[in-house]
Amino acid sequence: MHQIIKQILRTGIKTEAPPQPDDALRHEMQQINAQILHHVGRALAIRHVDAGSCNACELEIHCLNNAYYNIEGLGIHFVASPRHADMLLVTGPVSRHMEIALKRTYDATPDPKLVVALGDCGCDGGIFGESYASRGRIANVIPVDVAVPGCPPAPIAILQGILTAVSSRKVV
Amino acid sequence: MKLDDFTSTFPRLPGAMPVWHGSVSAEDLRALCEQVLHGGGKLVALWGSDETQANAHYALHVALVAAPGMLVLSLPIDHEKPAFPDLSDLFPAANRMQRSVTDMLGLHPVGASDQRKWLRHAAWPGKLYPLRKAFDSAGSFPLEEDGYAFVPVTGNGVHEIAVGPVHAGTIEPGHFRFSVVGERVLRLEERLGYKHKGIEKRFEDMTLQQGAKLAGRISGDSTVAYAWAYAQAVESVTGCTPPRRALWLRALLLELERMHNHLGDLGYLGNDAALVFGFAQFWILKEDLLRMNGEVFGHRYLMDRIIPGGVACDLDEAGLARITATLNHIEHEIAILKDIYDEHAGVQDRFLTTGRVMPELAARLGLTGMAGRASGQAWDARAQFPCVPYDQLDVRMATHRNGDVAARVIVRFEEIAESMRLIRLMLERMPVGDDLIAPLADAQEGVLGIGWVEGWRGEILVALHTGKNNSIQRLHAHDPSWQNWPVLEHAIMDNIVPDFPLINKSFNLSYSGVDL
Repeated sequence: MHQIIKQILRTGIKTEAPPQPDDALRHEMQQINAQILHHVGRALAIRHVDAGSCNACELEIHCLNNAYYNIEGLGIHFVASPRHADMLLVTGPVSRHMEIALKRTYDATPDPKLVVALGDCGCDGGIFGESYASRGRIANVIPVDVAVPGCPPAPIAILQGILTAVSSRKVV
Repeated sequence: MKLDDFTSTFPRLPGAMPVWHGSVSAEDLRALCEQVLHGGGKLVALWGSDETQANAHYALHVALVAAPGMLVLSLPIDHEKPAFPDLSDLFPAANRMQRSVTDMLGLHPVGASDQRKWLRHAAWPGKLYPLRKAFDSAGSFPLEEDGYAFVPVTGNGVHEIAVGPVHAGTIEPGHFRFSVVGERVLRLEERLGYKHKGIEKRFEDMTLQQGAKLAGRISGDSTVAYAWAYAQAVESVTGCTPPRRALWLRALLLELERMHNHLGDLGYLGNDAALVFGFAQFWILKEDLLRMNGEVFGHRYLMDRIIPGGVACDLDEAGLARITATLNHIEHEIAILKDIYDEHAGVQDRFLTTGRVMPELAARLGLTGMAGRASGQAWDARAQFPCVPYDQLDVRMATHRNGDVAARVIVRFEEIAESMRLIRLMLERMPVGDDLIAPLADAQEGVLGIGWVEGWRGEILVALHTGKNNSIQRLHAHDPSWQNWPVLEHAIMDNIVPDFPLINKSFNLSYSGVDL
């Protein structure tokens, strides 16, 4: 045990300052309504849904939980059920085999809810595009509030996208 | 036909790896597969292709590894009788590969005990085959009922736990059906294919140059291995030899990819055994490595750094110093963390004997790669079939025989140490030169190129069949997860449900890589 404590003390605090929200990432601001204001100030619960990614976006989402980004320290945590979530963080393209599961996850998330689409594929279908097996971008299947480009987007960009979506709740 | 005759009768394909290719009859296909099996060899990949436009038949291709190297056997299949002999009785891992060939091309394994669909769920009708040339890739069909026939398990006190496709964590989608009594798992049945996004069909719209980017996105965590395998395949069909410095840089990138994946998984393995400290510590090291990748090579996961003909990045003195410093730091920290893992009673209690795959079972089922090496399957292409620069580095393969989570943890620790040793040697001996890319000649039409790379999870294979004007007629990319997913069903048997996340993470298989 003393070895663990020693290592923790030696490691120190790695957490860095979070990024600011980015207005450029925001779209469909008219969707934001007064109801959402209710929820500002409360910890944000996110449900991640992989709708067909190559798994690189997932690697960067995992990194958000590391000590440098310390997403929980910002009051954001990932939850196991869409029924506990304020926000869906969706990677894609949406494969046709995930289309129904994604819609059901969206429907199971209580209103008001936010959706952040992640990665070039989530934004526009990316290199996989639309085909017999792919519906392309997330917005083709469920409404999207903020789309974060990148292949994959760096943790800071993901965090910025999340904060952009959250801060849009303060508007109106 | 005798195995020895094969390598003397059929030509060796040009390129970096020892690969022989020839067309065989159905009888010879079975006979050669049996000889490979009995000689201690293994099945690497199995795929089909539509060649009806060129010569009025389909074909089945089987890649095997035997002592001299890789044998790729092609069996022409009459378009009026689209069937091939079942190989799953010899190689159980062929089961899902064969079912995928049926789903994608409409070729049927005669006599196979399991002929359920696999990659096809509901996105296209059963009588249409996406990898046939007549199939319109832009077509969209109304979603049907999947109606997959899971194997029912009955008995006193047996109940089912169905999980996924959307999992309770940041994980790729798949469906797991556990049949349990109390906490004990009697049987697990996997249903994958949720991420099928038409990758192989997509390749057929691309040129050899364009395909490189897509190859790097088949499974993001293995982007370097896929990009290298793809580049090898293209270089084989264009007769290109990349500059030596480029080859050394490729190996450097591949070892960095191995390190960041093992570091991340070691962190999660601690986490899943309730030692959150392990997650915190290893993910600091992983982030250190990823940031170094970004600074030195311009991408945290090293995507698109390997391109056909060479590499799209270089290493200067500052980069070299940055890598050395990062490795020194990681090495120092890992020594401390390994001691903590080794001596932590709670962690070892969860790791030891959990999710055990004994060497005999591993051999029978074809367990491969890192997980295979933890179950006594001593295969590592870097050591056995070394291309440049591995032929000068004398790679030490990490193996273990216990086959449990603990063994997979030990193999990962050892592979990180070996990767660091290799990287240091590469930094020391890196050939100098300004050339990082060699020009590609035009590819001949209708030839096969193979890429074969030992990624962090196991061997990645890229089989490239060329079309006209440097186009891709057919591309099959094979992930070692094809072999290892079915073994996971065995690893969980008789374990308790709460150990599944731990066992699953100790394998950490790709969904995207097999759903294609």
